[in-house]
Amino acid sequence: MTKMINVDIDKCTGCGVCELMCSFKHHQEFNPLRARIHKTLYLDKAVAIPVLCRQCEDPWCARICPAGAITKGVDALSGATVVTVSEEKCVGCKMCMLACPYGAIAVGESGVAEKCDLCNGVPQCVKFCARGPFLSATWRRTSSIASREWPTPCSPPTSRRPE
Amino acid sequence: MTMYGWTGKVLRVDLSKGKVSVEDLDRNKAKNYIGGRGLGVKYLYDEIDPAIDAYSPENKLLFVTGPLTGTGAPAANRYVVVTKSPLTGAIANSTAAGDFACSLKYAGYDLLILEGKARKPVYLYIEDDKVEIRDAEGLWGFDTEETMKAVQAATSARAKVACIGPAGEKLVRYACVMNDAGRAAGRSGVGAVMGSKNLKALAVRGTKGVKVADHKAFYQAVEAAYTTLDYEYVEEFHQTGTPGVLSLVHEFGVLPTRNFQTGVNDYTEKISGETLADTLSVRKRMGVGCPGCPVACGRVTRVTDPDFAGFGFGPEYETIGMFGSNCGVDNLAAVSKANFICNRAGMDTISTGNSIACAMEMYERGLLPEEVIGFPLEFGDAHAMVKLTEMIAKREGFGDVLAEGSYRMGEKYGTTEYFMGVKKQEFPSYDGRGLQGMGLGFATGPRGACHIRGEAQDLDLYGVMDWRITKDRGLEVIDPLRYDDKPPLVKDVQDWFCMIDSCGMCNFMFFLLVDEDQMRALIEAATGIDMGGYPGFMKTGERIFNLETLFNRRAGLTAEDDTLPKRMLEEPMPEGPAKGMVVHLAEMLPEYYQLRGWDKAGNITAEKRAELDLA
Repeated sequence: MTKMINVDIDKCTGCGVCELMCSFKHHQEFNPLRARIHKTLYLDKAVAIPVLCRQCEDPWCARICPAGAITKGVDALSGATVVTVSEEKCVGCKMCMLACPYGAIAVGESGVAEKCDLCNGVPQCVKFCARGPFLSATWRRTSSIASREWPTPCSPPTSRRPE
Repeated sequence: MTMYGWTGKVLRVDLSKGKVSVEDLDRNKAKNYIGGRGLGVKYLYDEIDPAIDAYSPENKLLFVTGPLTGTGAPAANRYVVVTKSPLTGAIANSTAAGDFACSLKYAGYDLLILEGKARKPVYLYIEDDKVEIRDAEGLWGFDTEETMKAVQAATSARAKVACIGPAGEKLVRYACVMNDAGRAAGRSGVGAVMGSKNLKALAVRGTKGVKVADHKAFYQAVEAAYTTLDYEYVEEFHQTGTPGVLSLVHEFGVLPTRNFQTGVNDYTEKISGETLADTLSVRKRMGVGCPGCPVACGRVTRVTDPDFAGFGFGPEYETIGMFGSNCGVDNLAAVSKANFICNRAGMDTISTGNSIACAMEMYERGLLPEEVIGFPLEFGDAHAMVKLTEMIAKREGFGDVLAEGSYRMGEKYGTTEYFMGVKKQEFPSYDGRGLQGMGLGFATGPRGACHIRGEAQDLDLYGVMDWRITKDRGLEVIDPLRYDDKPPLVKDVQDWFCMIDSCGMCNFMFFLLVDEDQMRALIEAATGIDMGGYPGFMKTGERIFNLETLFNRRAGLTAEDDTLPKRMLEEPMPEGPAKGMVVHLAEMLPEYYQLRGWDKAGNITAEKRAELDLA
């Protein structure tokens, strides 16, 4: 069983508090553009979709990284699988950006690749989401997505909770 | 010196000369007036003569954010448009939420001051430090939705747009500024002032962030605020949005019906928030959120009925109250249609709906002949209501008269007795007779009749007992029909709401139980200022309220304007829970003035001005 952040788009309202708290945690300022989670609002259907790193079982970003800066490990506090970027090793070549099917990794102002690091076991986006699109303040224990083969990069999330 | 919370910059655009300049934010003003509504009135009061005509180029239009706007504090996403109102001749301060507010802050400005008048239609494009005044002749006549799309296409898909529609261009006296698809800085005709300046739209792309003074303290304050929120209410509010309160207001017998002739009706269920959430909402019982909002009350609605087909944001509670129950219309599709027309034209739904109801009553009483209107206008006629809304937006025929507001319409046709409002601004959807505190609030509010300027419905109606205003007094329950205890409460709530509208957070957070001390903690942690504890905090609110009143006195309004229509004062409520009540204004007003430290004529005494550092 792997602990992971799971988005329930049936509940997301597109408020973007996840972006705000993410940027505050990682950059000490409130700026959605610097967040590592991004939401898009589709007004005609009143649907919002947040996208963030899925900590893939077989991370393509890590596979392609020429500097060997991206590694998969286990978060000490939560026991969750986490894919991390080493700031010392990263050369900012942006290959990971090309490889990631979700657009969930990007080279920021710092010149190194930035991605979701699960906030050392206490993800701020999960903590402050009042609607619980991430299912609950204590994340969900699931193996559904993490253990699957990725059929296509755009496959819909499998864990949409019934109403 | 770096400023925290605030960005520390003021953008000044002279539309007459086409000149753009950036100046530092006055630190003293920021400390004493915080931001939003407070900072806006301070800058406006210092820079214009309040007696000028609202449409003259000397009038200025201010877009102001607060120190918390754009931060992670719950629902910190608001900006305020401050100017002199063409509807009331008093101060106008209309707030709206949305990405536009945050973008303005992220672009690096606390305050945007628009002066003069452009010779030709223009729009403004702000991309951080780059500010351009661009030609908008091709956009003139576009509705708000078309304008936003066209401006985004011409600038950046990521630009956030605030604009006016045809109503603002045609100077409908209650035109509004619309932003982000369906959010409105609605009341007092701020859109008409924008139209008078030939300014069609503002597009902002901001990429900088907001920094706070004390990282740890701010995080803790945000955490505390989120913990305080009452999630049961949050969930209820999320499912039905503001229309959810319709049934509650009806239970109190204060839902305006047929131009405030009564406070109850038999069709509330048909137009209630629950019905809207279950039928017309695009996603059933679900809303769309403004930035950082835990509630997400925004409705997205689609009507397929061919007579009233449409799609868009809303309708909100006030809209349903005014177009629905107050016009005697029990058809939610028709109400939604009127709402879409208003949103696209850029018009205040409250004033529009109320004005139509006023015309309906005058028609039924034979004061408005059918030849003038062009068709019968009876209460409950959904088609006539929608048609008249369209006519107002285009200023066609009788719509041209009603576009001046129902007070001016009444003057033209012999009597203002059926005008329901204060200071020429129409009432929102609450009847003061069953909510005495609100009645007093309506009468004394600086911007005329309004429900979100501390007009005490939060106490009367929702019974918020978790604020220090109520907790410190040891109150456990508030009787909305009692009036002898209301003046001190109304005074405090008005001051408190001055702070709410100044900080940059949405007032809904506060009736979901965030209190005074928590807001003070947020502001202090964000800006690094010391507000002098709870007393200093409330004094700041009082200072803002008094400066607004001072603005009004210099604009020529007197204590005689602090009154209510004859119906509220003399006609007892005919039925329902508030049966037999009138607003006991004469009993409340002298005590209220005394508590405010004003003289009997409603003028602010020299001592009070000295106490609040008002010139």
